[in-house]
Amino acid sequence: MNIPKITKILEVKNEVKDIKTITFNHPEGVDPGQFFMIWIPGVDEIPMSVSYIDKDVKGITFRKVGDATSALYKLKKEDRIGIRGPYGNGFELQGNHILFVGGGTGVATLAPAVEYVVKNKSSATVIIGAKTKNELFFEDRLEKCGVTILISTDDGSKGFKGSATDLAQDILKKENFDSVLTCGPEVMMKILLDSTTIPFQASLERYMKCAIGLCGQCCIGEGLRVCIDGPIFDGKTLKNIQDFGVYRRDSAGRKVRF
Amino acid sequence: MLPLADISTNIGSLPLKNPTMLASGIMDEDAGSMKRIIKCGAGAIVTKSIGLQPREGYPNPTLIELEYGILNAMGLPNPGIDEFGEEILQLKKSKTPIIGSIYGANAKEFIELGQKMEDYGVSAIELNLSCPHAKRYGLEVGSDPKLIQIITSSVKVNVKIPVFVKLSPNATNISEIAKAAESGNADAIVAINSVKAMKIDLDLKRPILSNKIGGYSGRAIKPIGVRCVYEIAEHVDIPIIGVGGILSGEDAIEYMMAGASAIQIGAGVYYRELDIFKKIKKEIEQWMDKHSYKKISDIVGVAHL
Repeated sequence: MNIPKITKILEVKNEVKDIKTITFNHPEGVDPGQFFMIWIPGVDEIPMSVSYIDKDVKGITFRKVGDATSALYKLKKEDRIGIRGPYGNGFELQGNHILFVGGGTGVATLAPAVEYVVKNKSSATVIIGAKTKNELFFEDRLEKCGVTILISTDDGSKGFKGSATDLAQDILKKENFDSVLTCGPEVMMKILLDSTTIPFQASLERYMKCAIGLCGQCCIGEGLRVCIDGPIFDGKTLKNIQDFGVYRRDSAGRKVRF
Repeated sequence: MLPLADISTNIGSLPLKNPTMLASGIMDEDAGSMKRIIKCGAGAIVTKSIGLQPREGYPNPTLIELEYGILNAMGLPNPGIDEFGEEILQLKKSKTPIIGSIYGANAKEFIELGQKMEDYGVSAIELNLSCPHAKRYGLEVGSDPKLIQIITSSVKVNVKIPVFVKLSPNATNISEIAKAAESGNADAIVAINSVKAMKIDLDLKRPILSNKIGGYSGRAIKPIGVRCVYEIAEHVDIPIIGVGGILSGEDAIEYMMAGASAIQIGAGVYYRELDIFKKIKKEIEQWMDKHSYKKISDIVGVAHL
């Protein structure tokens, strides 16, 4: 039932400054790309993509940006949170050679998908983009999977100097991939979509309230609900959505340009 | 075999191709969502309730599922009447009637909102006098018959399009309130809004909704809605639109027998997906064919003995 189930935080891990991972017991299955609604009692309830998928334990990884994530950031092992979900469609993980492009905390959403494709004997190249090298995380984790990792930083402090999109465009010219999967700032994902013709999937983020397809808060395009019809959308669908990379809606339903 | 039954209906002067309407608050805050619901077969769309100023609504949790229904306290989030115009204008070509839901704290606010909605081109206005969880608005205005009459008549003299009044089952005497709306020249009554309710989490020992109290909808409230429509039908002569827990064609027929000329669907979108409108239309036709009813008006109010 779609009601928060109270659970104790199993572990809290600092990834880098302002970014933490929280794990909790959740024996039910979750697909890469799906999300939970995380209730921080007395504060808010927010959507969070799954970043760790283990048999009984699942995790989320987030950056301290607003009231809810700041409150979540302060929580410790054994503190109680409410979980409902998983929600959404998850990635379609097909193809023998996949390019992943993660910008900022977007890599948290992609990591379980990368692990999944490697387990299923496909190969992957992962681009991790960040503003600066101190904000890079999950590099070690993904290296352990045996995928090719390419780093981009806006300031050039590590790897390619420039955006993850620029780096992706370079790689796409040199190498043939079956598909591109991306999660990160929407403007970045839009540029990536416009620059490729191979199968494309992007994970979108919108302000959410019900997460079960009723309230309409997270709708884009012609009534596509990010909570149910997404959060993963393919390139063909996104090309017909005028919102994509242009605007989102705030909690009052007003358009806010990216 | 083609259905024999004609499921078109009229709410006073407003004709509907079929009696299934989208209830206010579900997938109706932007033009794209409303277009999708129209494609799913709804006979009319009622918009999100819109006020004069943008309003963010309450923090989450704002909606949870319970055993027999949905509990919500969104807190009337909306972009405000000025920004909402852009959404309505995008629906100008729609052949499906769009009904603008509005909420205000007093008659003056309702008049301004009603006039703006009319300018945007909506087919009718629904006065939200029944939201159970917003301070100064909704039910707080809508439990006083005198105030209902004043607000309804004030809006009526200032717009040309039909005015519907949506009522709450939380008021002690819903038929008295309906009579007040009728005497204010309302064109139809919409009943019921959600029922005030609460859910407490035992582990945390606190209400789950951030607003603590919310409005209960879905299966559990259908008998309350049917009773309200029945009582209202005994006291007023204007059309009634039934809403509350309608998940199937038979639920719709039950409301019609109680006195409803059309029905609205809200939580049903969750239980039976977006194409619930098509499904219920088909179920109404099948029921009517099976029971040899040729038109909706033959069913309306038959349960009044």
